[in-house]
Amino acid sequence: MLAWIPLFPLIGFLINGCWYAFFQAPVGGRKAHATLPGIIASLSIFASFILSLLLFLQLKDMPAEARVIEQTVFNWMHIGGSSGFHLDMAFRLDSLNTLFTLVITGVGTLIHIYSIGYMSHDATPGRFFSYLNLFCFAMLMLVLGASLPVLFLGWEGVGLCSYLLIGYWYTDDEKASAGKKAFIVNRVGDFGFLLGMFLIFTTFGSLDFVALKTAFISGHGALAAIPAGVSPGTITAICLLLFVGCMGKSAQIPLYVWLPDAMAGPTPVSALIHAATMVTSGIYMVARLNFMFSFSPTALGVIATVGAFTAFFAATVAIAQNDIKKVLAYSTVSQLGYMFLACGVGAYTAGVFHVITHAFFKALLFLGAGSVIHGMSEEQDITKMGGLRTRMPVTFAVFAIGWLAICGLPPFSGFFSKDEILWQAFSSEHGSIFLWALGAVTAVMTAFYMTRLFYLTFLGQPRFKEVAGPGKSHAAHDSHGHDSHAKPKDGAIHVHESPLSMTGPLMVLAVLSAVGGLIGIPHMSWLEKWLEPVIPEAAEAATHMVPSMEWVLMGVSVLGAVLGIAYAFNLYKDLAKAAKLKQRYAGLHKILENKWYVDEFYQGVIVRPIFNLSQALWKNFDVAVIDRVVLGFGRVTQWTGQSARTIQTGSIQVYAFVLLIGLVASVGYLIYGLV
Amino acid sequence: MALSEFQVEPWLVLAFCSAIFFIGLAGLLIRRNILVILMCIELMLNAVNLTFVTFSKIHNHMGGQMSVFFIITVAAAESAVGLGLVIAMFRTVRSVDTDEIQLLKQ
Repeated sequence: MLAWIPLFPLIGFLINGCWYAFFQAPVGGRKAHATLPGIIASLSIFASFILSLLLFLQLKDMPAEARVIEQTVFNWMHIGGSSGFHLDMAFRLDSLNTLFTLVITGVGTLIHIYSIGYMSHDATPGRFFSYLNLFCFAMLMLVLGASLPVLFLGWEGVGLCSYLLIGYWYTDDEKASAGKKAFIVNRVGDFGFLLGMFLIFTTFGSLDFVALKTAFISGHGALAAIPAGVSPGTITAICLLLFVGCMGKSAQIPLYVWLPDAMAGPTPVSALIHAATMVTSGIYMVARLNFMFSFSPTALGVIATVGAFTAFFAATVAIAQNDIKKVLAYSTVSQLGYMFLACGVGAYTAGVFHVITHAFFKALLFLGAGSVIHGMSEEQDITKMGGLRTRMPVTFAVFAIGWLAICGLPPFSGFFSKDEILWQAFSSEHGSIFLWALGAVTAVMTAFYMTRLFYLTFLGQPRFKEVAGPGKSHAAHDSHGHDSHAKPKDGAIHVHESPLSMTGPLMVLAVLSAVGGLIGIPHMSWLEKWLEPVIPEAAEAATHMVPSMEWVLMGVSVLGAVLGIAYAFNLYKDLAKAAKLKQRYAGLHKILENKWYVDEFYQGVIVRPIFNLSQALWKNFDVAVIDRVVLGFGRVTQWTGQSARTIQTGSIQVYAFVLLIGLVASVGYLIYGLV
Repeated sequence: MALSEFQVEPWLVLAFCSAIFFIGLAGLLIRRNILVILMCIELMLNAVNLTFVTFSKIHNHMGGQMSVFFIITVAAAESAVGLGLVIAMFRTVRSVDTDEIQLLKQ
């Protein structure tokens, strides 16, 4: 039954993919509406959701220690004798990945439904939905895999789907190259992941999670020590190599550059893949292998530092971006940094908690942004928005909830998870005041830039030309074709609320963003108890702080968030004032607006030299040497043929004469030998 | 001397045979008319027949004469087929000149 969770989306992918390949892709294929492929795709992922829910309930009824469901689908490979390498295509559901499965299928279903509305004007919805389903299949395989290779299969699968979906509108050069960038940057990370996997295999002789965990566990079940014969340095190397994989997939410094560019894809894709699910797979892996990471303080320190710096760095960039999706993209990078900060200080539960709440509110924010973009006729620049509150009331309301959640105001979900992370960063034995301070400053900046985004989009006066006289009835919006979405010549647009298929999922996500944090209230956290079998208490760093400190820090972070919000409100109430401030810090603003010139740096230091080297190799070696050799072979063959063909006269008598000579020669040789 | 006792030196016969054979061979190689070429082939076959008979007589062995019967049969069949081909070819190419039917060259 377990294997059906990933199989349902695979079936959906096959149906939509075949339909697209056979009926639409061929020249002169028929036009398609998004409804039918959308419903097929949504149903298949919804079926997975139902199944995940059933299995979750089944797990819930089991005793805590026995909460595992396993299924081996087939033997993948078997090398060597009975003691050789044996690998099964096996899935294992336990208390950790059941949460991921629920989030992926649940949020996934909502985003699929949303896409029906969002992609209604697209020319090839069959292709879009088949990719989306394929992604869900790969992602579910990633979280359900019982061993590292199965996880890696999913890991590569989601990378592929991410590439396909970022470059979905591949006729646009910029979008196609954004897809390539994502893929190539991820390859760098995957290389580290692979090396880590090899090292695990040579060290432990197994890649199965349970087998690995057993190596670290003493007789009575508690985490004991590093297995005999394994040096701590090896563990650190493994952890760091695996973390390189996480840097790529989960967009950490220095491999985060692909994620902001990934926003070239359709907005539902940004919500599902580049915010809610795929980018969190690195956190999943760290949490899954927490028993190993816990034994390498060095690796944990690196993870925490990289995470904290990523969080801070991305937040600074997000402040100065004007593209609504770019702001959200950098905010995603920043939040992912938080999650790694949590993992790095040994608070895996807090990291997973933030994954869940972030999936809710970031999917909400992205889909809300998609709704805004849809309503604004593909306008993405927040400086050209404003005053959408009255024009898109539903989107405004749900976006407000997402905004409060990411700012970390109680009682919204972001508050609980972010606060837990900050507290752990401060109090755990791997944490420090420095990490906490970075996190706290980031929280203030998050509140500021999200408020800026929110204010510029929804509040204030409209800064765009509106079509005069909103005389059209609402029903007209739903039926109008794509052409009426194009902007009229004078730049005036007709802003409208999105259809129910888009606002419905938004409302569900808004509710989840509002109450999602309740699963992890400090000191009575359901989540902590639920994850106990996978992430034991011992793995959570021991706390040795005065309890009142926690309340103080909580107060500080809430105060910081409120300050950030208030400052942003105050600043953007009067745009002239904001412009003046921008003027005063023009240099800094320029740096931030250009993302610290990291892309340019990479371009100059890595991409350019490699490009030049490739060019030089191409011209001086490929063309000059290899091509010449290969073409030379061809030319020699041709010349031989040309010369040899002249002896073929076509005259039978000549042939007969040659035959005669041959015969005489042969017979002569047989009789007299070589004279 | 009765006719049955008349003896010819074997080498004379064999020399005669090879003369005929090479005449046939030369004709085969240099003549351009297919009909003549066919006749040359017949000539070569009959030279070989004569050789067989000669050696049969010399060695007092009937195997050579047996072969002659086979060769005569095959030669008959061969000339039937060959003439048929020549006629078919003439119908398409309107010629029996080998210079004009070098179709293998293309």
